[in-house]
Amino acid sequence: MSGTVIEEREVVRSARSPRRTSGFLHRHRWLQLSGLLSAPMLWLLVAYLGALAMMFITAFWTTDPFTNDVVRVWSLENFKQLVSDRAYLNVAVRSVVVASLVTLVCAVIALPMAFFMARVVRPRWRGAFVVAVLTPLWASYLVKVYAWRVMLQTDGVLDSLLRPFGLSSPGFGLAAIVIVLTYLWLPYMILPVYAGFERLPDSYVDASSDLGARTARTFRSVMLPMVFPSLVAGSIFTFSLSLGDYITAQIVGGKVQLIGNVVQTNIVLNLPFAAAVATIPVAVMVIYLAVVSRTGALDNL
Amino acid sequence: MTLSRTSKIVLAVAMALGLAVIYVPLLVVVVNSFNADRTFGWPPPGFTTEWWHRAIGNQGATDALITSLKAGLGATAIALVLGTMAAFAVDRFTFFGRQTISLLVILPIALPGIVTGIALNNAFQVLGINFGLFTVVVGHATFCIVVVYNNVLARLRRTAGNVVEASADLGAGMLQTFRYVTFPLLRSALLAGALLSFALSFDEVIVTTFTAGPGTETLPIWILSNLFRPNQAPIVNAVAAALIVLSVIPVWLAQRLSSDTTGGRI
Repeated sequence: MSGTVIEEREVVRSARSPRRTSGFLHRHRWLQLSGLLSAPMLWLLVAYLGALAMMFITAFWTTDPFTNDVVRVWSLENFKQLVSDRAYLNVAVRSVVVASLVTLVCAVIALPMAFFMARVVRPRWRGAFVVAVLTPLWASYLVKVYAWRVMLQTDGVLDSLLRPFGLSSPGFGLAAIVIVLTYLWLPYMILPVYAGFERLPDSYVDASSDLGARTARTFRSVMLPMVFPSLVAGSIFTFSLSLGDYITAQIVGGKVQLIGNVVQTNIVLNLPFAAAVATIPVAVMVIYLAVVSRTGALDNL
Repeated sequence: MTLSRTSKIVLAVAMALGLAVIYVPLLVVVVNSFNADRTFGWPPPGFTTEWWHRAIGNQGATDALITSLKAGLGATAIALVLGTMAAFAVDRFTFFGRQTISLLVILPIALPGIVTGIALNNAFQVLGINFGLFTVVVGHATFCIVVVYNNVLARLRRTAGNVVEASADLGAGMLQTFRYVTFPLLRSALLAGALLSFALSFDEVIVTTFTAGPGTETLPIWILSNLFRPNQAPIVNAVAAALIVLSVIPVWLAQRLSSDTTGGRI
């Protein structure tokens, strides 16, 4: 008898103590919050942002040319070299041009496809089209670049397709880089633009045609301005992803180099210089985002 | 808006062309994995399953696959914990800097991969941490947090907070509430986030390049280092064909599990 009473008491006590903790935490919400935030913030704020900050500091250090050791003395040497050597300026300009071209081509391809999916196809088929466009987005990045190496190579698929027209594959080089980067990042442009077209209220389109605008005019004056923020949102991805890519240039670029390749070739022997070069895409992205945020497109992300 | 028949046809043709361009290169990889010609002459002169047999028996590829699985599981485990915690904090509380949490979480994936890669590489070197599987897991977890965070946050926003209060009113402690109320509501979102995070890690090349030591080879790194060896080409192609399927399956599952999932970095 007495044994069961003690056991019951113990059960009650052990059930009570976590409840007491719960009550305490309930009254002190900041404790809950700091408990939840501590680990993710330690990781992202301290570890990740810390690593980024350390990279910027490293960019101001130099490498001893004889021992390859990093010399931790504050200097602007790396940035002087970047500015004074025309080769680096050329690579930076080339990378920005490639990223802009890729973004432009993506937009030109995405507009009709997204418009078709959102406005022409019957609603019941829309889902199927979205999945069809989305699925290859997830097929391995490297495999997609590799696939184009096979497509573009001499006597490859493109050559055999184009031969009847008297044309040939562009081969490995700048054109190949633009083609492959466009292929890689196209879904990132199609998706937001599709969402933009789908959000657009029918009444606006109807109003425009009631006021006498023809289809082309409605598209240009009503629809395009309204999906513009979506285009910009997509361009952030296509631009940023193209700007940092070096594997595409490695695989299909022939001898052409982009910023990423310069960073990659310096990382082992001259880490501070690689860090200095890596600040270029960050700076370009910051400027790009600053310009873009004025259009209000960032609210869409 | 009424579109003329011609413009509808033009748009449909554009769509069909677009889809063709999206799918043809991937199909070519799959077809080439059966191509009897070692140099992938096109059209294929004949078909063989030899490359698949050799790929399955290839020691380097198998080891790389195991490393990839380990890295993916490790990164996903960390991302699940950290992403869920951050999502709870943002959904349930108001605090200074709440708006910036989303930005901070997305930053590792929004910045070019090479920037994240070189920053982590540099930090590991400065801290004197040896490169290996551990550093790869740390790197992958950093950019995987965002997919778990997005999935869990979307689910939390759609579920009413008062079920938690009801549970507390009925006398449940915090752990009990989590176990019997919150977790069942989140289960499919967590699973979807985990699958997406695994897929992201499984596919990653750039950050991996800078955080893996010489002895650590994930499957994409194995492909990259064998890509330019002509005698390996057919085996690499078979592995690549397998990877197309392997990387799509988890995402496809995730999309069935959770409607919040659009996929990708978006």
